[in-house]
Amino acid sequence: MTSAARHSTVPPAAQAAAVAPAAHAAGQRTPLIDGIEKVTGRARYTADLPFGDALVGRILRSPVAHGEIRGIDTRAALAIPGVRAVVTGTDFAAPYGVIPIAQNEWPLARGRIRYRGEPVAAVAAVDAETADAALAAIVLDIEPLPAYFSAADARAPDAVRLHEKKAGNIEREVDQSFGEVDAGFETADLVCEETYHYAEVAHGQIELNAAVAAWEPEHERLTTHSVTQVPYYLHLTLAQCLGIDTSQIRVIKPFVGGGFGHRVEPLNFEMVAAALARAAGGTVKVLLSREDGFLTHRGRPETDIRLKIAMAKTGAITAVDCEIVQRGGAYGGYGLVTILYAGALLHALYMVPAVRYRGFRVYTNTPPCGAMRGHGAVDARHAFESLLDRMAAELGLDPFAVRRANLITPPFRTINDLQVNSCGLPACLEWVEEASGWKTRRGALPRGRGMGLACSHYVSGSAKPVHWSGEPHAVIHLKLDHDGGITVLTGASDIGQGSSTLLAQVVAEVMSLSLARIRVIATDSALTPKDNGSYSSRVSFMVGNAALRAAEELKRILVAAAAKRLEVSVDDIEWNGEHCLVAGTDRGLAFREVVEAALVDTGALSVKGVWSTPPETQGGKFRGAAVGSTAGFSYAAQVVEVSVDEDTGQVTVERVWVAHDCGFAINPLAVEGQVQGAVWMGMGQALSEETQYHEGLPLRPNMLDYRIPTIVESPPIAVKLVESRDPLGPFGAKEASEGALHGFAPALTNAIHDAIGLRLTELPASPDRVFEALVEVRRTERLRARAAAGGQRNAGN
Amino acid sequence: MAKRLLALTVNGRAREDAVADHALLVDYLRTTAGLTGTKQGCDGGECGACTVLIDGQPRLACITLAVTCEGRRVETIEGLAEDGRMSRLQRMFHEKLGAQCGFCTPGMIMAAEALLRRMPHPDEQAIRDALSGNLCRCTGYVKIIEAVRAAATDAG
Repeated sequence: MTSAARHSTVPPAAQAAAVAPAAHAAGQRTPLIDGIEKVTGRARYTADLPFGDALVGRILRSPVAHGEIRGIDTRAALAIPGVRAVVTGTDFAAPYGVIPIAQNEWPLARGRIRYRGEPVAAVAAVDAETADAALAAIVLDIEPLPAYFSAADARAPDAVRLHEKKAGNIEREVDQSFGEVDAGFETADLVCEETYHYAEVAHGQIELNAAVAAWEPEHERLTTHSVTQVPYYLHLTLAQCLGIDTSQIRVIKPFVGGGFGHRVEPLNFEMVAAALARAAGGTVKVLLSREDGFLTHRGRPETDIRLKIAMAKTGAITAVDCEIVQRGGAYGGYGLVTILYAGALLHALYMVPAVRYRGFRVYTNTPPCGAMRGHGAVDARHAFESLLDRMAAELGLDPFAVRRANLITPPFRTINDLQVNSCGLPACLEWVEEASGWKTRRGALPRGRGMGLACSHYVSGSAKPVHWSGEPHAVIHLKLDHDGGITVLTGASDIGQGSSTLLAQVVAEVMSLSLARIRVIATDSALTPKDNGSYSSRVSFMVGNAALRAAEELKRILVAAAAKRLEVSVDDIEWNGEHCLVAGTDRGLAFREVVEAALVDTGALSVKGVWSTPPETQGGKFRGAAVGSTAGFSYAAQVVEVSVDEDTGQVTVERVWVAHDCGFAINPLAVEGQVQGAVWMGMGQALSEETQYHEGLPLRPNMLDYRIPTIVESPPIAVKLVESRDPLGPFGAKEASEGALHGFAPALTNAIHDAIGLRLTELPASPDRVFEALVEVRRTERLRARAAAGGQRNAGN
Repeated sequence: MAKRLLALTVNGRAREDAVADHALLVDYLRTTAGLTGTKQGCDGGECGACTVLIDGQPRLACITLAVTCEGRRVETIEGLAEDGRMSRLQRMFHEKLGAQCGFCTPGMIMAAEALLRRMPHPDEQAIRDALSGNLCRCTGYVKIIEAVRAAATDAG
């Protein structure tokens, strides 16, 4: 029979109505459902939205790093024709901050200025020129205070406090001890200690910050379009700072050009745009510059780490002692979470029996730090994996062996009460060892070329939400109407990671339907259920689980309707998506007929799926235990191959092999993209990225001096997806966007050591740092040789 | 502020607009012509997101004065589709996941388009050279290179 003849057996009516045949959607390499808009230029980002003659909002920034505001004279600015509103800190009802117990930031500084570039006033005018003229006409009267640009200076005994209640400018001090730490050190065969220093880095998402706020004076209602990763936090914060009821606010997230953590916290310009819109009684568009982005910051803090590890001859870790100091910047933001993450994830990658951790988050007169991809755990991972490498060498163990000596076997509860239900790290190690040719190539490479290994892990969503409202962690709505299309309504922010595509795949998989039947409407607070947001890699796991449950509920309703129409029991229905059959017969209904049956008496169907993390995954009872807890840990191992030019200090990454345990890849194409992107972002921090300030003035607030790697220096990244099938993840899936980042930097510096025998304890490994470290090593060697020669001469005398 | 009449071709369509002397091409395209596919990701000439073609050559619209395009052919991401469908290069960026957040994508595709017109079968080094002025923060560039290679292969 020809294929044409086979087609002719399908009734004509069914042919006309056919949507692509059912196939598995989960596990398929799936281009993004909103990808065509992106490659054709049709995708509208916040700055692209057509708002007609919206007013132009502009922000005035502080020229001093620390000072008391004696006065802000806005009269001349207001008098300029075309200026519609001027606002200052006193126009807001309350301060804000992403963590409810640490809200000490105003959208525009009030009373005190704490960093250079902090917003102090804002204007809305008919055009940019008028708005700029108005900013220039605002007169600031600021009494300067001593300013502190390093954690050490801010902690000095005589330092002025940035925030009244915070003695020593310590935002949060952590002091945790688990297990028999002293005994662990006493019984060890080898104890090593090292100090590390990490430069501050920034997210560098390519889309500039933007917000459009529309105020309807007659209704006293606000609609804000913004670049946010968490519309829900923004919604709450707009209400709080403007002193209006949440019901009068609508928050919409259009296409967003990357976030990487920059846009998790509500950001000052979002509240400023709203205040301007209210004051002007209209629509205000605030488009920020790249320099503004660096000042808004929320990046990874400058960090100092002192780490001591104790080990048995076998490579088994017996104890860990670590102190971490983070230069947090001027405000609370996510600070206390960052310093807790650093300690929680430092050791929980391995089976470690005893840990002491002290952490200090310090207020300084620099732009506020916050959450950045790999939140809190990246610098700590570098220190840990670097010291493991050194200790392996001292014990004569292979770097793989020392990791394998400390692996977790799930189910497992770490010493700091984190629950591990699945762990594919052994398979990750096997793959990178094999793929990189580690056993035969390492050690056989010429001088200047080397290979390094590191492991990493990360949470699939924080198990405890920031707001204790008692709501589920994730909610999904599905709508099915007469048209036979299923609409997924979600508050989850797709910021490029592909979350909307993943949710459509989950629904399609459960219902055995084609993606063509499914639309996703996301992140419009008037339409979509609240979501806790795109942070801590929570969406695939948590929202994916909610989508799975919603789809199961919708399928249950449809199966029941089909059974009723066919006058059989639901158990007799064989569900195949586009059609269903009475099992063992050729009687059945097309999907459209099932939908018609299901809508009788009820009309359009709306169903819901929810998901919450089980209590046992929510961490222990000690102070700060929530941070680091998750329903599913991802794992990764990577080998980096480098070449190092010893004459210039230039480090070139030749290749990367990375294996990531994502539980199950719902969209392998997107997971690969996420893993490559994470590894590469780790490379940027490891090789070249750093902010720099002079007396609080940013010296690199642009994309030339802040050196994000270009395509020229970006290596091939071979990815293996390991699927450990987590018992709680949707289809076994875990996170894939962050966990592979942490391992890059230590794998790089371990590779540099393999190449030229130099152990870098400072990042980034920029040519100047590598060269200076080499000069230092050579000088030490010379002095040692001279001393040895002198010793011989002395002995000869 | 001084304005003048600017006559040029944008995506094959002749236009005449009154344009301020100091107006940048990126603002002209986005605001006057309503073509918001061209993006701005930096404060001038740093990131490549605004890359368009001027007489077939890749140029940064954020550091080009609109009035310098008098009599020239300007092409943007919106002009690449053929009969309303994605071009081969666009399709490969979509299918190979050369775009994640999508913000650098229009500039990246226009820079790649200029390369493929000049060199239909570029090797990897040529792709890296041609895209060296376009920053992407999502992909690590791996799948961007795959997309351009696939477009070139398909074209052959």
